[in-house]
Amino acid sequence: MTSQTLTLGKALNLGLRRAMEDDAKVVLMGEDIGRLGGVFRITDGLQKDFGDDRVVDTPLAEAGILGTAVGLAMRGYRPVCEIQFDGFVFPAYNQIVTQVAKIHARSRGRLPMPIVIRIPFGGGIGAVEHHSESPEAYFAHTAGLKVVAVSNPVDAYWGIQQAIAHPDPIVFLEPKRRYWEKAEVDVDAAPGPLFSSRVVRGGDDVTVLAYGPMVKTALQAADAAAEEGRSLEVVDLRTVSPLDLGPVFESVRRTGRCVVVHEAPVTLGLGAEIAARVTETCFHSLEAPVLRVGGYDTPYPPSKLEEEYLPDLDRVLDAVDRAMAF
Amino acid sequence: MTAVRQPEGVGEVVDPIPGAGAPHLPEQPDLVQLLTPEGERVDHPDYSLDVSDQELRDIYRDLVLVRRWDVEATALQRQGELGIWASLLGQEAAQVGAGRALRAGDMAFPTYREHGVAWTRGIDPLHVMSLFRGVDYGAWDPVATGFNLYTIVIGSQCLHATGYAMGLQRDGGEHAALAFLGDGATSQGEVNEAMIWAASFGAPVVFFCQNNQYAISVPLERQSRVPLYRRAAGFGFPGVRVDGNDVLAVLAVTRAALAAAREGQGPTFIEAFTYRMGAHTTSDDPTRYRLASELEEWKLRDPIARVKAYLARSGIADHDYLASVEAEADELAGRIRSGTLEMPDPPGTAIFDSVYAEQTSELAAQREEFVAYHASFEGGEH
Ligand SMILES: Cc1ncc(C[n+]2csc(CCOP(=O)(O)OP(=O)(O)O)c2C)c(N)n1
Ligand SMILES: [Mg+2]
Repeated sequence: MTSQTLTLGKALNLGLRRAMEDDAKVVLMGEDIGRLGGVFRITDGLQKDFGDDRVVDTPLAEAGILGTAVGLAMRGYRPVCEIQFDGFVFPAYNQIVTQVAKIHARSRGRLPMPIVIRIPFGGGIGAVEHHSESPEAYFAHTAGLKVVAVSNPVDAYWGIQQAIAHPDPIVFLEPKRRYWEKAEVDVDAAPGPLFSSRVVRGGDDVTVLAYGPMVKTALQAADAAAEEGRSLEVVDLRTVSPLDLGPVFESVRRTGRCVVVHEAPVTLGLGAEIAARVTETCFHSLEAPVLRVGGYDTPYPPSKLEEEYLPDLDRVLDAVDRAMAF
Repeated sequence: MTAVRQPEGVGEVVDPIPGAGAPHLPEQPDLVQLLTPEGERVDHPDYSLDVSDQELRDIYRDLVLVRRWDVEATALQRQGELGIWASLLGQEAAQVGAGRALRAGDMAFPTYREHGVAWTRGIDPLHVMSLFRGVDYGAWDPVATGFNLYTIVIGSQCLHATGYAMGLQRDGGEHAALAFLGDGATSQGEVNEAMIWAASFGAPVVFFCQNNQYAISVPLERQSRVPLYRRAAGFGFPGVRVDGNDVLAVLAVTRAALAAAREGQGPTFIEAFTYRMGAHTTSDDPTRYRLASELEEWKLRDPIARVKAYLARSGIADHDYLASVEAEADELAGRIRSGTLEMPDPPGTAIFDSVYAEQTSELAAQREEFVAYHASFEGGEH
C-alpha cells in the first residue's frame, strides 16, 4: 500500500492528474483553472504538465463551458468542467438541465454524455454572497444527472477519477470549506464504488445522515454525544443522486431514529426525500419521525450571520435530543 | 492550439496571450484622450470638455479620496476586518469620470468594484464597507442614490440596466441608465443579450466597460479577438475606446453617450482602456499570472499623477489646495477605519427579515423557532 497524507484539495488535484494520465480524452475546462490553477488551486500545475489544450482557461461564460462540453463529449472527449463557485453555475443551468441531462435519453443511448461538473459548494468560509450556496437539490431533481458529494480526501482522490471514468454526466460537489482538511490516502486501492453510502461511525441510538461538508459536523456531534453517553451512528451518504439508502435502512432498523443534516435549506431539500423513503421502508422500526437539520428557507446570509444559518454541532445535537425525546 | 485567423478588416488584434508583455496602449488613432500621461491637455476632434477650474479641483479631490478609501480598505482586509476587498486601484479615473457624467435621476448599475462611482453618487463609504465586512448586502438605498446594489454574478446587471432604460423610455423622462461591466463580462451570454435588447428597443442605456486587461487571471485575448469597442458595431450602435486613465476623456465621452441616450439616439458602448493595478481581490495572487514589469509600465500612466501635474503646472491648484486634499484623505481614512471597526454585527433574526415583501407564515414560524432555539442557550439549558 502506498499512502500519502493529502488535503482534500490536493487529493482532487492528484486524482485529476491521474485521470488525465489514464485517458488522453480527458479535458479540463473552466475559468482561471490553467495559469492560475483555479481560485482554490485544485488544478494547480496541470496546465503546465498537460498543456493548454487539455487544461483550458475558458472565456468567462458558464453556459459556454457546459454547452461546448456537450459538443466535445459528442466527439468522444471527457470534459471535466470547473464552476468557480456554486452561485455561478446558474448561467449554465439551462445547458445542464435541458441538454446535458437529456441527451442520452433523447438519442436513445447513441450520444453518451460523460461530463463531470465540479462545483465547490457550501458555506463557512466567510465569503460574500453567491459563494456559499448548496444547489444540490436542483440537480438531484433533474433526471439524467447524477450527483455526488465528497467529504474527505480519500473519496476526493478516488471519487474524481471514478466520476471521470463514468459514462453519465455527474455533478461533483466539493465541500470548499474542507479543502484544507488532511487524511491518509491509499493511492493504490479504491475505497469502494462511487455511488455508495458508507457508515463512518457505528452507534446504536440515532442514525445521523450527512454528505459533503456536514459529515465532519455530524462526526463532531457524535463525539460530543458520546460524552453524554449517547451513541450516534453516522452515515456519509456520498452519493446524492442516485441515493444509496440500503445501509441507512439497515441502520435505522436498529436505532429507530434518524436525523438528516445538510447545509441546503430544509424545504424540499435532500432530507425531505430521504425522510420519505426511510419512513416508507422502515415505518415499523421508527421510534420518532425522521428529523431534518439544514439551512433556513432564506437567501444565504451575509457572512457575519452564516454561523447562525449553518447547521452546527449544537443544532445536530438538538435534533438528536428531540428524536430521543419522542 | 492552431493559430487564430485574423478577422478581415479588423486590423489590430489585441495582444497575444500571457507573458508576452504588457498590454500596451496601442498606437491607436481611435483612443480618445484629453489629458496625456504627462499631464498635458490635448484636443480631440469629436470630444471637447467644458470644465471649470473648480470642477477640475473637485475631480482631483475625488480621485485622491477614492484611492485613499481603497488603500484603507485593503489594509483593513489584511488586518482581518473585512472578509474580502475588490480594489479599484488604477481605475479611479474611469470610475470618477463615468460617475461624474451621471445626473440626478440617472441610474448606475455597478459590478462589485465601482467604489469610485459610489463615491460620486454621494454614498457613504461605510455603506460599501459593510458589504465587504459581511454585515449586509450593501447598506445604501439604490433608489435614493441612483446607484444599484453591487452585482457579483458577472454580467447580470447589464440586462437590468437595459430594462431600467426601457422603463425610462416609456416614462418619457430625460434620464439614462449606465451599466458597468468588465472585459471578462463581455463573454457572458446575458451581456450580449443586453446589447441586443438595448439596440432593438433603442433604450437609453450606456454600457461602460472597464477593460482592465484581466478577468481574474485570464487576459483579454481569451475573451475577444477584436478590440472590445468594435463589438458594438455588430449590435448596431456606436462603440468608442477612451483612455480609461484619463478622467477628463472619460467624463467627456460618457457625458456625450448619456446625452445621446437622453436624446433618443439609443445605446453606446464605451471601452475604458485601463489596468487593474492591484490583485483581482485580496484573495488573489497576481504574481502567478502576470509580470511585475507590466505594472511598472502602467504606473507611468497613473490616472491621478497626470491630473495633479496638470493642475500644478497650469496653476489651477496650488500647494495649499493639494495639501488640503491630502489632509482630507487622511481624515476620510480615519473615519472609514473607525466606522468599520465600530460597525455592529447584525442581529441573527436579520436572516428572516426582508426575504419577502409579504412574510410567509412558514418563514415567520422558522424565525420563531430560531429565536426560541437561541434563547434556550441563554437559559443555560444546553
Ligand atoms: C457568473 C459568474 N461567474 C464567475 C464569477 C467569478 N468571478 C468573479 S470576478 C471574475 C472576473 C471578472 O472579470 P471582468 O469582467 O474583467 O471584471 P474585473 O473583475 O476585471 O473588474 C470572475 C470570473 C462570477 N462572479 N460570476
Ligand atoms: Mg477585467
